[in-house]
Amino acid sequence: MSSSLNSVNTSSAGSLSGTAQRSYREPGPIVIEIEEVTKLYKMGEEIVHALRGVALTVRRNEYLAIMGPSGSGKSTMMNMLGCLDTPTSGHYHFTGKDVSLMSDDELADIRNREIGFVFQTFNLLPRSSSLQNVELPLIYAGLSPTARREKASQTLRAVGLGDRMSHKPNELSGGQRQRVAIARALVNNPSIILADEPTGNLDSKTGEEIMQLLEELYALGNTIIVVTHEEDIARHARRIVRLRDGLIESDLRQS
Amino acid sequence: MQRFYNEFIESCRIALAQIQANKMRSVLTALGVIIGIVAVTLMGTAIRGIDTGFQNSLAMLGEDVLYVQKWPWGPVEDWWNYNNRPNLVPADADKLNRIIAATPGSLLEIAVPVVGRGSPVKFEDNKVNNVFTLGTTADYARINSVEYQEGRLFNESEAGVGREVCVLGYDVAEALFPGRPPLDQMVRIGGHPFLVVGVFAKQGEFLGLFSFDNQVVLPLSAFQKYFTTRRGAELRVKAKDKNQLAAAKEELTGAMRRVRGQLPGERDNFNINEQQAFKAQLEPVKSGIAIAGLFITGLALFVGAIGIMNITFVSVKERTKEIGTRKALGARRRSILMQFLIEAVAICLIGGIVGMVISYGLFMIIQQVAPNFPVAFSPDLVAVSMLVSVITGIVSGFLPAYGASRLDPVVALRYE
Ligand SMILES: Nc1ncnc2c1ncn2[C@@H]1O[C@H](COP(=O)(O)OP(=O)(O)O)[C@@H](O)[C@H]1O
Ligand SMILES: [Mg+2]
Repeated sequence: MSSSLNSVNTSSAGSLSGTAQRSYREPGPIVIEIEEVTKLYKMGEEIVHALRGVALTVRRNEYLAIMGPSGSGKSTMMNMLGCLDTPTSGHYHFTGKDVSLMSDDELADIRNREIGFVFQTFNLLPRSSSLQNVELPLIYAGLSPTARREKASQTLRAVGLGDRMSHKPNELSGGQRQRVAIARALVNNPSIILADEPTGNLDSKTGEEIMQLLEELYALGNTIIVVTHEEDIARHARRIVRLRDGLIESDLRQS
Repeated sequence: MQRFYNEFIESCRIALAQIQANKMRSVLTALGVIIGIVAVTLMGTAIRGIDTGFQNSLAMLGEDVLYVQKWPWGPVEDWWNYNNRPNLVPADADKLNRIIAATPGSLLEIAVPVVGRGSPVKFEDNKVNNVFTLGTTADYARINSVEYQEGRLFNESEAGVGREVCVLGYDVAEALFPGRPPLDQMVRIGGHPFLVVGVFAKQGEFLGLFSFDNQVVLPLSAFQKYFTTRRGAELRVKAKDKNQLAAAKEELTGAMRRVRGQLPGERDNFNINEQQAFKAQLEPVKSGIAIAGLFITGLALFVGAIGIMNITFVSVKERTKEIGTRKALGARRRSILMQFLIEAVAICLIGGIVGMVISYGLFMIIQQVAPNFPVAFSPDLVAVSMLVSVITGIVSGFLPAYGASRLDPVVALRYE
């Protein structure tokens, strides 16, 4: 059931940085299901329709890219899928549970246990070490300090940063920072990893390395959604959803 | 519970790291709290010091001794009513003692006459001016619980024949006999030779006004042989039970009226004073200090609380993106609230501790510079200060921390 947990935790140090073939895994049970979802933003007098009624189903073991021009609603959709935001109308079921009925604290628990966020700007705490940053979700999960340390260092080793545990973000390169962020997203064994333009702040070579890492995580059984506006990046995914003006334009599988 | 504890420890760690990263800002913010705590602790030490100093002074007067005098202690407005009263004379003590002896179940034990004046005391080349010279009987030992540094009080036979013997107060003995034994030496009191038979132990000052160590005690008969006093005598009357002092005072009033031969309905032409009278006089001083102290404390803490509220708002603003990130990673509202509350409380506590240290330093300086100034530092002041600091932190940090906990995670994440 929790294949991502086992796959990450049993991998020996640094094993993720090996060669990743383009693997394909048969999708599993439904993780995300949204129907007729709209999102309105009021900007003073003006009303922005960020999403105009979208439906999407994502299953376990999928690797999905959400594409579209700037302002098309990609981030809005991502925030919704990540339970950071609730739809103005429509339905959202996360692993069968109706998210729109949940309280703030219940949503926080879902984000903590089920969702791993990777941000374009990394969003690491500047005064905390890599290890402390990766420990954050475990603190909110209520783990003891020793269990946190153990799990966080294991995950950092898995993304190839075993020798950067006590470094602060400003002592790391951009690629290393994003690896820390990915370790942080992974550490609580979430059902799904959401990455909003994870390579947007990286040069193309480093960006490619990060995409390799995501590729490996997918191969190990993780479910991944990546938001991007770059075709090169989207090519890594097995399925591409294109948004335009808050509507789904196309939803294609690729081999 | 475990989760809460872990988050609490983590919040403390973050708060300390945050304060460390903004040292100057934190210290400036804590200034109000520091001043408030200094004010509250200094006020506390002063009030407590006055209290203990007062208790010690009262103990010198004797808790069970009533003073029969012409004048009341403390200020009077109708002084002319007292001025015309007859002086008390030592013979009144004898009359009073006879009445006491004749009263079955009397609450009074003994009356002792005391006369006094200021005289210079001299030994060889050393001289002390204006020593309080006190003439009394050998019964003085029964109403005065003072210890003797050396020697003794004169006895009844010495007093009876009016021998020229004396007991020196501690400071007088120190001044006249530096590094020498004063016993059996001849001193000159007001020019007349007296043999030193005893030295009182150090007693200290009475409310900082009058030193019991700057006195010399002579037999009444010897005093009367050489000195006169315009003020007349006073009678010191010891009660049998200090817990029945009010009843004893009533009995003494009746007995004194008989001594004076006063008619019923006539106003007493004497005053019975007791240590209690001083308490009433000291109360306004204490409450004055308390009001001033509380005002300064309140003002400083108010300003401090506003400063801390402001700095917490700034801190929340600066770290909006961090709050968004924490929420995305699963922080509940409660966790965010606690994080910023603890930060505010930590600044206040640091201010409180710095304030305590400053007060303690000031207290030590006061003790060094003015040993007689009544101050006393106590552990419960530390507890009160810490409590005040924590409450200030919670009160001032709550609004911004609550705001932070309610932030929309999407909005917070978009904040630049
Ligand atoms: N919090 C917000 N308040 C107001 N308008 C918003 C907000 N978030 C997004 N929008 C608007 O919604 C639309 C979609 O934004 P977004 O989802 O961020 O697009 P993308 O990520 O595809 O660039 C844009 O027009 C944007 O200006
Ligand atoms: Mg976007």
